[in-house]
Amino acid sequence: MAPDKLVYMANQIATFFKSQPDNEGVKGVANHISDFWEPRMRKQLFDMIAKGNGDFHPLVLKAAPMIRKVKETA
Amino acid sequence: MSLIKEVDYGTPAKNSEKTVTLTIDGKDVTVPEGTSVMRASMEAGIQVPKLCATDMVDAFGSCRLCLVEVEGRNGTPASCTTPASDGMVVRTQTDRLKKIRKGVMELYISDHPLDCLTCAANGDCELQDMAGAVGLRDVRYGYEGGNHVQVRQNGEENPRYMAKDETNPYFTYDPSKCIVCSRCVRACEEVQGTFALTIEGRGFESRVSPGMHENFMDSECVSCGACVQACPTATLQEKSVIEIGQPEHSVVTTCAYCGVGCSFKAEMRGEELVRMVPYKDGKANRGHSCVKGRFAYGYANHKDRILNPMIRESVDEPWQEVSWEEALRFTADKFKGIQAKYGKGALGGITSSRCTNEETFLVQKLIRAGFGNNNVDTCARVCHSPTGYGLKTTFGTSAGTQDFDSVEHTDVVILIGANPTDGHPVFASRLKKRLRQGAKLIVIDPRRIDLVRSPHIEAVAHLPLRPGTNVAVLTSLAHVIVTEGLFDEAFVRERCDWDEFQDWAAFVSDPKHSPEAIADMIGVDAETMRKAARSFATGGNGAIYYGLGVTEHSQGSTTVMAIANLAMATGNIGRPGVGVNPLRGQNNVQGSCDMGSFPHELPGYRHIQDSATRDIFEDIWGVKLDDEPGLRIPNMLDAAVDGTFKGIYIQGEDILQSDPDTKHVAAGLAAMECVVVHDLFLNETANYAHVFLPGSTFLEKDGTFTNAERRINRVRKVMTPMNGFADWEVTQNLARAMGLDWNYTHPSQVMAEIAATTPSFANVSYDLLEREGSVQWPCNAKAPTGTPVMHMDGFVRGKGKFVVTEYVATDERTGPRFPLLLTTGRILSQYNVGAQTRRTENSAWHKEDLLEIHPHDAEQRGIREGDWIRLASRSGETSLRATITDRVAPGVVYTTFHHPGTQANVITTDYTDWATNCPEYKVTAVQVSSSNGPTEWQVEYDRQAEQSRRIKPRVDAAE
Repeated sequence: MAPDKLVYMANQIATFFKSQPDNEGVKGVANHISDFWEPRMRKQLFDMIAKGNGDFHPLVLKAAPMIRKVKETA
Repeated sequence: MSLIKEVDYGTPAKNSEKTVTLTIDGKDVTVPEGTSVMRASMEAGIQVPKLCATDMVDAFGSCRLCLVEVEGRNGTPASCTTPASDGMVVRTQTDRLKKIRKGVMELYISDHPLDCLTCAANGDCELQDMAGAVGLRDVRYGYEGGNHVQVRQNGEENPRYMAKDETNPYFTYDPSKCIVCSRCVRACEEVQGTFALTIEGRGFESRVSPGMHENFMDSECVSCGACVQACPTATLQEKSVIEIGQPEHSVVTTCAYCGVGCSFKAEMRGEELVRMVPYKDGKANRGHSCVKGRFAYGYANHKDRILNPMIRESVDEPWQEVSWEEALRFTADKFKGIQAKYGKGALGGITSSRCTNEETFLVQKLIRAGFGNNNVDTCARVCHSPTGYGLKTTFGTSAGTQDFDSVEHTDVVILIGANPTDGHPVFASRLKKRLRQGAKLIVIDPRRIDLVRSPHIEAVAHLPLRPGTNVAVLTSLAHVIVTEGLFDEAFVRERCDWDEFQDWAAFVSDPKHSPEAIADMIGVDAETMRKAARSFATGGNGAIYYGLGVTEHSQGSTTVMAIANLAMATGNIGRPGVGVNPLRGQNNVQGSCDMGSFPHELPGYRHIQDSATRDIFEDIWGVKLDDEPGLRIPNMLDAAVDGTFKGIYIQGEDILQSDPDTKHVAAGLAAMECVVVHDLFLNETANYAHVFLPGSTFLEKDGTFTNAERRINRVRKVMTPMNGFADWEVTQNLARAMGLDWNYTHPSQVMAEIAATTPSFANVSYDLLEREGSVQWPCNAKAPTGTPVMHMDGFVRGKGKFVVTEYVATDERTGPRFPLLLTTGRILSQYNVGAQTRRTENSAWHKEDLLEIHPHDAEQRGIREGDWIRLASRSGETSLRATITDRVAPGVVYTTFHHPGTQANVITTDYTDWATNCPEYKVTAVQVSSSNGPTEWQVEYDRQAEQSRRIKPRVDAAE
């Protein structure tokens, strides 16, 4: 997907969870992306973060290590 | 099979707990207090002659045929208007009564045509029946005097005669046959709630009149057909009955239009459908219907239906008709080739909210078990996916909490982002009935919808909010309720997580959420907001009904959670009359979601990562399931553009017309190597398809639909599929071509598999549905005949969860280039992308989509009524005609999206709900300017569509 769109979607999720009390934010973002994003989308997200691309919300960056990893497929 | 004749008890049922016992013709009968003598008689098996009474409307007492004698009382009271009382002794047949009745019938018949043999109601005429019942043998008055029957009399024009009104496409009005029983007028008032009909004139001059002596088409009539159903003669008669004759058998089935899910009797002659009549025992509609369900079935045998499978290598080629075997082999080869070349994840599919539960279940099974991935989605993605997310988070289930009967116990309604009189007409009629009884209504909608003010209905408050500000408005209503101490503390403490409530209460109480603080932003004055909040919190049983004006926003899911918060805070969950009620758009959108159509969920809303759930399916299906969530529709299109998604099986959905940002959808489809469209017609998506598999209509198959109240209703086959196969058979044949060993011989076997794998359906079977008529899930050991109201003894998730709902403005904003906000919706006569209704006479009411614009905005732009205008957004531009109305506020424009030529979705953006990717259809910044006609895009689109729809007939090889 267009990188801007992916960043936009991730940041939208972060914006919602940032408003939740009790620091649910990081966990919320990680769980949401793990639950709803297909591996291709998560892989693109990890790649972009690894390369430092994309203007991600800080919460997305904090949540990234907790997001479900993508299995390597043949 | 025979014609189902429901018993007409003459007057409506009463549900008083107290009963009375009386004697009628020597029989004792016990009925609820308030029941009429007429109804009590019918309960005792005695049919008192009647003409003006029918149990769909209140008693009227005008025909004087149902007179009875009551011991100890003078005279001969009308049994329809006389309540039964304890110890009453009634006689329904005495010499005096016989004489009076015969006299009454004689007068009726003296002014009625005697063309019974050629009359369309022959065989279904209550006047004829009553003439027989009272033993009428002679009319002493003759037919020479004043009458309404003869065109000419005594060589002169008869001024009392009125010609037949045939303006309505579906029924005729023949005043010469009218007996002025007022049943039609009362049905229009009491059942439909439109008040389009009246009786004009007095005494012998009395006549039924649509509006002010108008014809039906020019009047306010909405063509629901309740009057036709109520008419005891041929005065109001379906044109189909006039043309075909009386039906000889009937089958109960479920409407395939909106999420109300009305039950109908399909009345048949052989395999020809004579008419659809709403079924009195239908628990969603209670015997009522709208113009779509009752009349708009003509698409089923429209000449545009494609009946032969077709294939082509490339979309520039014309279609080639082929055999089913060839089409399925072609598809299976392409699909397998794609997976071999691009990987397992390169295929996917879309289930249809127009198809049955069983068909939907099979499509997702084909994808999960056959394609080996979870790339399955459904059109709920673009409508109610936020409902699923929001209600699951707050309550624990992805569905509405009530049944439709619940509205009869409601005292105050919040209606937000829904226009039921157009989108869910039968529910609207039921709501209006309750409002006329005194319930209060609060409307939250940018447009002044009909329910804000229409005959005998007026909302206590209309909040004409700026599109996109739902969350701010709902949070602010909560602010008033919490800060003024109007919340239901006992309920919250018992049912909800108290700590979460306190966090939420602190959040909403912040002064920045007060109506005064946000009035300018939302466009609603603070006093109206406070009044609405107080009415809802203190008005008794409060129910919230909502539609796509809630979900189709970038904060759609947040809005659903804000609605749930409001219901919990006011204690309005878990009993009749209250609740959170999403008005589902399509007949089976609830069912398609229940059946595991979402890429992250197996049937019954269980996450694909849950290994226990996967085990259940893996055992029965004998395959290993992928544990990764699949692609959602917009993600599939993105992946297609990226080149990693190459093939799709689309059953009964027209994504090119219905999904946002048409150009992006077209680009995604164009990038795929094998697009399979399984549909009734060559829809817009088929312009980009390589395989077309003909579909079947709801009249041609067995199955079930699940409506907005979680009600599982049977769909029953009344005719042979014109294309040869029901849709479930087509999917099964495709699965077999792909190498799967499927051997279903009837949809009931699919339901058995659903019940065996899905706890909330555990007790559902076709036998149960046969016995109960319908059931609402959850239907299992705990609730063997289903669950009308959910969360009665606590929430499904345990404690109700309050969620903080911070308002985040959409990034789709107005500015100097695009100063107006466009929002979209439906109109009564048309349905969704119009594939069905445009192929019926319903187009008589709505030939094209129009842009509603406020007089102020129109004047600024020099736009007059009916002008062609150009509508442009950041995504694209289209053109359509304008209509000028103050139903929309200045700064807001509105259109429908029923016609492909309009291309409303060229305008909409690719902004989506943060949680579910549900598109933000309801807010697009636009500019409107004068135009000479269609845009270049529209012209080019039409050319491409025409090019793409060419069909080469099938050439059979020479023997």
